[in-house]
Amino acid sequence: MVEPRTHWLARPRTIRWIWIAFAGVLLLTLIPSLFIEQHEHFGLEGSFGFYAWFGLVTCAAMVVGAKVLGMFLKRPDDYYDD
Amino acid sequence: MTSLSPGLLLLFGAALLPLLPARPRDGVLLGLPLLTLAAVWAVPDGDALRVAFLGLELVPVRGTGVGRLFATVFALMAFTGALYALRQARLVEQVAAQVYAGGAIGVTFAGDLVTLFVFWELMALGSTLVIWSANTPQAYRASLRYLMVHLFGGVVLMAGIAGHFVETGSVAFTAMQPDSPARWLILVGFLINTGAPPLSSWVPDAYPEASPSGAVFLSAFTTKTAVFALLVGFPGATVLVWVGLWMIFYGIVYALLENDMRRILAYSIVNQVGFMVCGIGIGTAMALNGAAAHAFAHIIYKALLLMSAGAVLHMTGRRKCSELGGLYQSMPLTTLCGIVGALAISSFPFTSGFVSKSMIVQSTVDEHLATIWFLLIAASAGVFLHAGIKFPWFVFFQKDSGLRPPDPPWNMRAAMVLFAFLCIALGIFPQPLYALLPFPVEYEPYTATHLVAQFQLLLFSGLAFFTLLSLMRRTETISLDFDWFYRRFAKEPLLKFTLRGSNSRERFVAAARRRVDGVIARLFRTHGPHGMLADNWPTGSMVLWVAVLLALMLLVSYL
Repeated sequence: MVEPRTHWLARPRTIRWIWIAFAGVLLLTLIPSLFIEQHEHFGLEGSFGFYAWFGLVTCAAMVVGAKVLGMFLKRPDDYYDD
Repeated sequence: MTSLSPGLLLLFGAALLPLLPARPRDGVLLGLPLLTLAAVWAVPDGDALRVAFLGLELVPVRGTGVGRLFATVFALMAFTGALYALRQARLVEQVAAQVYAGGAIGVTFAGDLVTLFVFWELMALGSTLVIWSANTPQAYRASLRYLMVHLFGGVVLMAGIAGHFVETGSVAFTAMQPDSPARWLILVGFLINTGAPPLSSWVPDAYPEASPSGAVFLSAFTTKTAVFALLVGFPGATVLVWVGLWMIFYGIVYALLENDMRRILAYSIVNQVGFMVCGIGIGTAMALNGAAAHAFAHIIYKALLLMSAGAVLHMTGRRKCSELGGLYQSMPLTTLCGIVGALAISSFPFTSGFVSKSMIVQSTVDEHLATIWFLLIAASAGVFLHAGIKFPWFVFFQKDSGLRPPDPPWNMRAAMVLFAFLCIALGIFPQPLYALLPFPVEYEPYTATHLVAQFQLLLFSGLAFFTLLSLMRRTETISLDFDWFYRRFAKEPLLKFTLRGSNSRERFVAAARRRVDGVIARLFRTHGPHGMLADNWPTGSMVLWVAVLLALMLLVSYL
């Protein structure tokens, strides 16, 4: 049983449901791509679910890129303190 | 018809504030921005005031559509900020914030570069005082670094204006191109205030050191006034496209690395202003409309985000993501307002960001700028990543920090609700905003393809965020930036220079003093109490000398 003090949003059961719902919504956004032709201006964005995969890939690239830059740029937050 | 600049209302009104007792002061604080808003709309189109000054043709008040748009949102911001700060901020901050807003509104009505410069510098002073009034040693030092950057920017701008006047014989504030050193200096002076590279770090360095309400005021005026200046002064200057893109990705990467919640939002100011600068560089009617609309929408949702962060700071005294989390349980309203702001900054459909930013993106399609289009789409996903999810997730959700603070006092809640309402209202009914834009709008944001595209882009970015969460574990760190050069690299030499400089100055002053002391000592010897020339001669000796003279004359007459 879940502790009664835990907020309903923080329960593992709820979180599992949120993930399932999120996956459902993601699939839902892909469905219109089967019917709607995105205006093709620059070639690539005519591909299936362009915005979905492009968002996913570029975000992953930005997170990893930031991580790598962070190795060089990060300093303890009292770095500038006298 | 002549009229004075509406900004003066706030400037002179602010001077009255300290003289008033608390109750009426609240009324004046909230009433002044509303009065100013009315004054903004009372200024007719065209030159409303002309002054000849030192051989210059000044136009201190010129009514334009784009100026009115910016002045409107500045006045709205001054009102809501004053409401947010009403009970919590120190008096000096409230006064400084009104001066700051007055300066910003003054710029939007400037018809010449000299007027623009005067209000520009008033803003620098007002904003420095706003940072200063957080009353901590960190804020004091940050405010001085901030002031140095802005005074430097002011000098560059003034040099440019002077050169431009020499070349053209005019100080009129109209569209220019960066085609001479003088106009480059003007452009650089404007860009420094937008947070452009390499000096971008003044934004995340200074703003997060202000008080909870101070940061709200700061987020609105300086960078957006600079956007206004670029929009009027340098539309279509291609260099701005690349400066803007740099700012966009700089903001995303640094915000992803950041731990301080308000510094995340400060980086995202640079990111969002980057979109506007990029749009101004593209320079078509669609792009300029987009930049102006995005500035309007941005001021509202960024203030909302900083108000929710300020509420957390005010109630918990903590600002690091690593020390926050789980606040949704006891601060539901703040959480909700934070999420609305986060969705708006991410251009989520049915929020203000959706109807404004998409015009900038659309302009790249119209102009067949493929590379820029791909970069802007990636950047739109990145905004959701670094501000849209990261900010609310790490502040309000993530782990349970055990903190259970209630929502903030009524005036802070009211200010947040007002701006959250505007974020959604502008998203659903964009027409009033579109009507204010500088060019006629032929754009419909709500098409099926646009909605599908935006939902796909944002939701899959969300998927990337949550699957890569382990790569974004918070660390108690800051990230090195250009300010390293003046805060660390040049610190020892500058300290040495200061010490040596003040030593040699002291020696010089001492030598000068010795010289003056010598003169005084000599005068003292001759004219002092014992000096020969200052002696009192007794009457007796005078009589004696007269007798001697008479005797001499007698002697001479006998000879």
